[in-house]
Amino acid sequence: MLKGGSRDTSKLLMERSVPGRVGVVTPELDVPVQPLPDGELLRDNLDLPEVSEPGVVQYFTALSQLNFSIDTQFYPLGSCTMKYNPKVNDEMAFLPGFAAIHPLQPPEQSQGALELLYRLQDFLGEITGMAGVSLATLAGAHGELAGVLMMRAHHQANGDAGRTKMAIPDSAHGTNPASAAMAGFDVVTLASDAEGNVDLEALHELAGPDLAGVMITLPSTLGLFDQNIVEVCRIVHEAGGLVYGDGANMNALLGRAKLGDLGFDVIHLNLHKTFSTPHGGGGPGAGPVCCAPILAPYLAAPIVTGNGANGSGTDSGYSLSIPEKSIGKIGGYHGNFGVLVRAYTYIRTLGDAGIKSISGNAVLNANYLLQALRDIYYLPYDRTCMHEVVFSADWQRLRGVSGLDVAKRLLDYGFHAPTMYFPLIVHEALMIEPTESENRDTLDAFIQALRDINRESEEEPDMVHHAPHTTPVSRLDEANAARHPNLRWRPSE
Amino acid sequence: MTTAHFQSHYIPNTEEEQTEMLATLGLSSIDQLFHDIPEEFRNPPLDLPAPLSELEIQKELGALAGRNRPLGSGPSFLGAGAYHHFIPSIVKALMTRGEFLTAYTPYQPEVSQGTLQVIYEFQTLISSLFGMEVANAGMYDGATSLAEGVLMACRVTRRDRVAVSDTVSPIYLQVIRTYCQAHGIRIEVVRHWEPEVADDTACLVVQYPNFYGGLEDLGEFCQLAHGHGALLVVSADPMACGMLNPPGHYNADIVTGEGQPLGIPVSYGGPYLGLFTCKEQYIRQMPSRLVGRTLDSQGRDGYVLTLQTREQHIRRERATSNICTNEALYALASTIYLAAMGKQGLRQVAELCYHKAHYAASRIEELPGYALPFKRGPFYQEFVVQCPAGPAEINRRLMESNILGGLDISIPPYSDPLPPDLDQGMLLCVTEMNSKDDIDALVEGLAEFS
Repeated sequence: MLKGGSRDTSKLLMERSVPGRVGVVTPELDVPVQPLPDGELLRDNLDLPEVSEPGVVQYFTALSQLNFSIDTQFYPLGSCTMKYNPKVNDEMAFLPGFAAIHPLQPPEQSQGALELLYRLQDFLGEITGMAGVSLATLAGAHGELAGVLMMRAHHQANGDAGRTKMAIPDSAHGTNPASAAMAGFDVVTLASDAEGNVDLEALHELAGPDLAGVMITLPSTLGLFDQNIVEVCRIVHEAGGLVYGDGANMNALLGRAKLGDLGFDVIHLNLHKTFSTPHGGGGPGAGPVCCAPILAPYLAAPIVTGNGANGSGTDSGYSLSIPEKSIGKIGGYHGNFGVLVRAYTYIRTLGDAGIKSISGNAVLNANYLLQALRDIYYLPYDRTCMHEVVFSADWQRLRGVSGLDVAKRLLDYGFHAPTMYFPLIVHEALMIEPTESENRDTLDAFIQALRDINRESEEEPDMVHHAPHTTPVSRLDEANAARHPNLRWRPSE
Repeated sequence: MTTAHFQSHYIPNTEEEQTEMLATLGLSSIDQLFHDIPEEFRNPPLDLPAPLSELEIQKELGALAGRNRPLGSGPSFLGAGAYHHFIPSIVKALMTRGEFLTAYTPYQPEVSQGTLQVIYEFQTLISSLFGMEVANAGMYDGATSLAEGVLMACRVTRRDRVAVSDTVSPIYLQVIRTYCQAHGIRIEVVRHWEPEVADDTACLVVQYPNFYGGLEDLGEFCQLAHGHGALLVVSADPMACGMLNPPGHYNADIVTGEGQPLGIPVSYGGPYLGLFTCKEQYIRQMPSRLVGRTLDSQGRDGYVLTLQTREQHIRRERATSNICTNEALYALASTIYLAAMGKQGLRQVAELCYHKAHYAASRIEELPGYALPFKRGPFYQEFVVQCPAGPAEINRRLMESNILGGLDISIPPYSDPLPPDLDQGMLLCVTEMNSKDDIDALVEGLAEFS
């Protein structure tokens, strides 16, 4: 597929398979052969490839080179916080004392792991200003599910089962309404005002006895700090509802504001965004849930408690425990431990001083881009942005070049595309998040590329419309893929 | 608290550069960028420890890791859903390449063909391993994958009653309950030898091999479920499918599993990999990502995320699941693992586990005071032993010889479905990692209680 340089990747594993090739030599059986079960239980059709070890290494290495990644490209994908992933984090997660311990080993054999988790709970509670923390949830959306189930459990315990409505801003991530629905809530849309804040009048109308709560992303997906946030929390609380915080954008607020102080009741964090754990092409993530004292009894199990008085961390060791009114176990074990080790390592290497410079530089980099591009890309909300800036390609659209075209053309310049057409309330949205780990030279080169593309949209709109031109494949026929799903290799092909 | 200026090695722009960049905004300090935060809440005290250098953090974490007992440090016979298998070096070497490790979800297919093609390979290999028509591109883990399978079966059948066999992992059962709590779904735990399925049951849920190690008759379960218009949902061990007929062979409708045995470290319970497969007729009710093969504008083969109208970023509250980020890196790990093990290697590993486990079981059965209550039925790499003393006490003594024994199933929730005379049960697991010497040492240790 990729021409020049790498090995050919056009043949799939089953097409590379040659009978008799082996990729691994297994040890000889060192116990007496045992009787096999009934022959009807044994399979005779294991269709797996036969490839040599060099063949496997060459194939997957060549495949890797078809990807853009943070290590190889600037990746300004809004709302995804594609920052540098420190290598020491991975190294620590691979220590045998962490990677080779079994989740059901008794606590006396895993005190080091439990202490790490206990300290991480403390760190995340301190950073968010929240009293309770559970690390059991395995991704951001998983944390959302746990959080909204906690809200439901709280209302039910108060005899308030009539609170069936979850209000979610029109700018929210799709996971918010999907999670609310999985927790049995009816989703109602909350409008944004002209400044990009939650529309307080609309909120007042929804704030009745059937309101379970609201799900707010702060800063919002417009990259803006909601100037009404304290008032939003007050209105919801006054109506008996609870405020959920989607922590996807916490990179902007580290050390600058605590969601607990602002009035949020329960939030999740995305460790694979804010806390630098690698995204891995779509996971693993981790979505710890942090909450106010009133919701702590409902946290997903397990949490780590100290064996000292009042569950404090002491020399008497640590245990896994189930919160009093827990919504239950939400994953197989105790969370994505390997990801939690990485996040712990990150927080320790930054410390109190470093944490704040993360948000400072992330917000500075975003505003630097905003300022340098605002004359040629339309800025729908003309305010100081937080960690990301949302432009619109409306001006380019007048020349027949869409936001999609601009984004695809960026790939030719060696930059990953921004998030496009999201949030849904911005026409032709281009959502750009540079993160703190990019230097000014990279930002300047990116600015120049977007200026060049704007010029191209005037001079050669058709060329931009058909971008990218230099990638391993050009635009793919997604409609055909959905109409005639081909989801696996089959021998007849 | 650190008071002097601290420049993190993860942040390239120096104070001087920051000042110059601020000047383009007409500002003089970074704090000015945060004026939208109400002043009373701005810059709260932050009680975190001071930064550590890499040298120091390696020492600190090395010490914490040193207080855990890794499986490789002595004979270990603990399984129960997380399994100690050999992982070839190439798995880590390839999966930690920055191009895979530090890429995002492949929403831009032109620059993500590596990840996308890997996922297509993953879908091919996993559906083949389970004998199913379609596999998705990953769920969180075995427990949540099974829970999503139950929710999907309820959507497909439009029924809200679920029969879960009492030999399904008690841990998985708890997760099913968590996932179903807001949907008015009735969960009924049924006896595995006589599962009750009614005409309004959405699905019968079983595990293969079951939590206690046994191999039950999937064909019979399937007939029973289908006879009532219900689906058969199976949680299967992918490694066992290296030698055993897979659930698809018996006409199961949804087959999920824990992908951890396929090249993923036990890592104190995560990250793991949820496997999820089903019959093709149900794909539009499937949760999570799917990758499809198509053509680019120049007629070349390529891969894209497809059928996305099922997913949360398009369908929002009407999506088949809220799942977004899942475990793609471990889907890669398992694909590399399966490619390397291949047709012969996977079968060999499965057979090593089988023979070693059966050798161990036969040696333990000979010990006075020990019994194998489920011995009459076939099993794979795990089996229950009724012990002459409390399993916790036996395990404590074994650990004095640095042997990690099996899971104590004399306590809830593991003991819930067990007969009253099986009151000192231990669930032992033997894999290719256990040598004959390891097994003999275990038998010797157990013999002390005979």
